Amino acid sequence: MYTQSLDTDPLANDPKEVSDKRELELKKRISEGYVVEPRDDMPERYRKTLIRQMSQHAHSEVVGMLPEGNWILRAPTLKRKSILLAKVQDEAGHGLYLYSATETLGVSRDALYEDLLQGRAKYSSIFNYPTLNWADVGVIGWLVDGAAIMNQIPLTQCSYGPYARAMVRICKEESFHQRQGFDLLNEMMQGTQKQKDMVQDAVDRWWWPALMMFGPEDSDSIHSEESKAWGIKKKTNDELRQTFIDVTVPQAETLGVTLPDPQLKWNETREHYDFGKIDWNEFWRVVSGSGPCNKDRIGVKKKAWEEGAWVREAAMAHAMKSKGR
Amino acid sequence: MKDNSLDVMEMPLFEVFIRSANGLEHRHVGSLHAADAEMAITNARDVYVRRNEGVSIWVVPSESITASDPADKEMLFEPMKDKIYRHPTFYNLPEGVQNI
Amino acid sequence: MTTITDTSKSSYLFSLTIRLADSALIASQRMSQWCGIAPTLEEDIALTNVALDLLGQARHLFSYAVDLDGCRKDEDQLAFLRDPHQYLNYTIAELPNGDFAQSCTKSFLFSTFSQCLWVSLLDGEDSTLRDIAAKSLKETDYHIEHFSRWFVRLGDGTDVSRQKILKSIDYLWPYTAEFFGNDRTLSNLEGLLHINTGKLQADWVNAIEDVFTEAGIDLPSDSDFMSTGKYGVHSEHLGHILAEMQYLQRSYPGGRW
Repeated sequence: MYTQSLDTDPLANDPKEVSDKRELELKKRISEGYVVEPRDDMPERYRKTLIRQMSQHAHSEVVGMLPEGNWILRAPTLKRKSILLAKVQDEAGHGLYLYSATETLGVSRDALYEDLLQGRAKYSSIFNYPTLNWADVGVIGWLVDGAAIMNQIPLTQCSYGPYARAMVRICKEESFHQRQGFDLLNEMMQGTQKQKDMVQDAVDRWWWPALMMFGPEDSDSIHSEESKAWGIKKKTNDELRQTFIDVTVPQAETLGVTLPDPQLKWNETREHYDFGKIDWNEFWRVVSGSGPCNKDRIGVKKKAWEEGAWVREAAMAHAMKSKGR
Repeated sequence: MKDNSLDVMEMPLFEVFIRSANGLEHRHVGSLHAADAEMAITNARDVYVRRNEGVSIWVVPSESITASDPADKEMLFEPMKDKIYRHPTFYNLPEGVQNI
Repeated sequence: MTTITDTSKSSYLFSLTIRLADSALIASQRMSQWCGIAPTLEEDIALTNVALDLLGQARHLFSYAVDLDGCRKDEDQLAFLRDPHQYLNYTIAELPNGDFAQSCTKSFLFSTFSQCLWVSLLDGEDSTLRDIAAKSLKETDYHIEHFSRWFVRLGDGTDVSRQKILKSIDYLWPYTAEFFGNDRTLSNLEGLLHINTGKLQADWVNAIEDVFTEAGIDLPSDSDFMSTGKYGVHSEHLGHILAEMQYLQRSYPGGRW
C-alpha cells in the first residue's frame, strides 16, 4: 500500500545504542542529500517529528481559512471577493495536500483532525488573532503569507519526499498571495483617510504576531535543532525572522505605513535591521490556547465536523449499498 | 449528534493520477478521501486541477496498490546498475555512420 | 412581438441580464457561506469552486448590464449600490443554506434550471448572452453533476439523510414555480431570444426527473405559492444578505478597494 507504511517501527524496541546508531546514520545520509520515501525504513523519532511538523502545518492551513473567510461575504468589490474566495480555497487545498502527505506515514487524516478538534494538536499561533477590518485581509496576505512563504520555500528541499513534493505545489500556488495582499493595501492607501487609518490599524495589530510566526528564539526552541538535523527544517527560526524583517521594512516604506516598533533601525555593522523585543509571554499564551480566538476557531471547526457527520455517514452508506446492487 | 466523530467510518483513501496534457503519461499527484470512485474523480477534479493542471484523471483505491518492499531494494534494483549494454551510449560507432 | 420599441426591448434585456446576474451573485454569496465549514475538506474545496463559478458568471453578466444601461459605471455599482427591491434574482437563490441537504437540493434545483435557461439562450439572437451562456453552461453541467450525485447519495444513504432531503424538498419546491410563472420580461423578449417558458418547464422537469427517481423520491405536486423575487419583491432574507455584502461600499463611500 502506497500510503500505509510503518504503523509501528519494527525496530522501535531496539536497545538505545542501536536506535541511536540508526538515527545517526540517517542524519548523515540526509545531510548528503538522501530523500526518504514513505515505505523506507525510518527511525521512530524521525517519523514522529515528521508527523508532528506536517500535521501542525496542515492544521494551520485549515484553521487559517477562518480569519480571512470572515471577510468573504463582506469583500468590497466583486474582484476582491473572487480573489479572496480563491485564496481561502487554496488554503483548504494546501491543508489537504499536507494531510495527504502526512497520511503516507501511516496515520489517518480523521485521527489527526480529531487531535486538532480535541485541542491536542497545535497550529500556527497567528490564526488565533481576529480580523477586525477589511485591511486585515491585505495585511494577512502581505505579512502573514510573506512570513509563511519564507518558512515554506526551504521545505521544498526537505528530506521527506511527500512533504517536499507537497511544498513544491503549495509554494507554486502561494507565490502570488503575498503580492495580492500588498496590492490590496496599496489600493487602500490611495483612498480616503479612513481607509489609510484602517491599514495602519491592521499593520499595528499584525506586525508582532507575524514575527512570532517564525517560532521561539533559537535558544528556546525545543524542536528547531531536532528538525534541522532531520533535514525537515533548513534554517533556524531567528535566521528566517531576520530575513523577513530585512525585506519587509522597505516594503512598509513604499506602502507608507509605520511598523509599530520604535527600535526598528538599520544596523550598519550587522547589515541587518535591529528590532525590539518580542513579547514571548503573549506567544506562549496564544500557542497554548489562550489567544483572542482559539476557542472560536476550534469551536467553528468542531461544530462543522459534528454537523457533517451524518453527511459522511450517508455517503458511505450509499457507496456500500451501490456496491451491493 | 454523535460526540465523537470518529464513530463514523473514515471515507477510503484514493491515490490520484493526472495527465497534464495529451502526449504525457498520468503522474501521481497525491491522495484524497471519497466514499466511492465516482466521488473520488470529482473530488480530484476540484482539488488537484483547480489551475487547469490536467486533461485526464485516474483514481485508485490506495489499498489496491501493491508496492515493492524497500527492504528488497538491493535485490530488485542493484543488479540493473552494471548492465550498461542496455544503454545506447555503450556502443561505439565508426565516424560518419548516420541514422542509426 | 415585433411592435415593441428598441428602448423598451433594451430595458427588458437589461432586466433579464440583471436577473441572471443577481441570481448567480446571490447563489454565490450563499454558497460562500460554506467556505471553511463543509462536511469534508474535499467538499469545502468543491463548494468554493461552485461559488467562484457563479461569481464569475455574475461578473460577466454585470459587465454586459453596464453596457446595456449606460448609467452605471461598473459591476460594483450594480452589485453594491442597489437596494433589495432593485435586485431581480429568483427568490430560491436567497433562501438560507440550512443544512447540507437543503443546500444540495437548492443548488440541484437551481442549477438544473440554469442549465435549461443557458441552453435556450444559445438559440437566441443576442450574441453576448449567447457567449455567456456557452461559457456558463459548461460550469453549470458540472454543478449539476456534483449536486445531483449528492441528492442521490443523501436520498438513498441513511434514514437521517433521507429525511433531511425530503424536508428540504418540502421547503424548496414551492419556490421553483417562480422559474416559469408569469414572465413579462421573457415574453417581451420572445422575438429576440425565442424562449418559451412552457418548453423551459418541460425541459427542466425532464432534467430532474431521472435524478429524483434514482434517489427514490417522487416529484412533488405544485402548490399555489408563487414567489416574486424576479420582479424585485423578495423574501426577508435578501435584505440581510445585502446588508452584509454591501457594508463596506455603503459605509465608506468614495473609497478605493
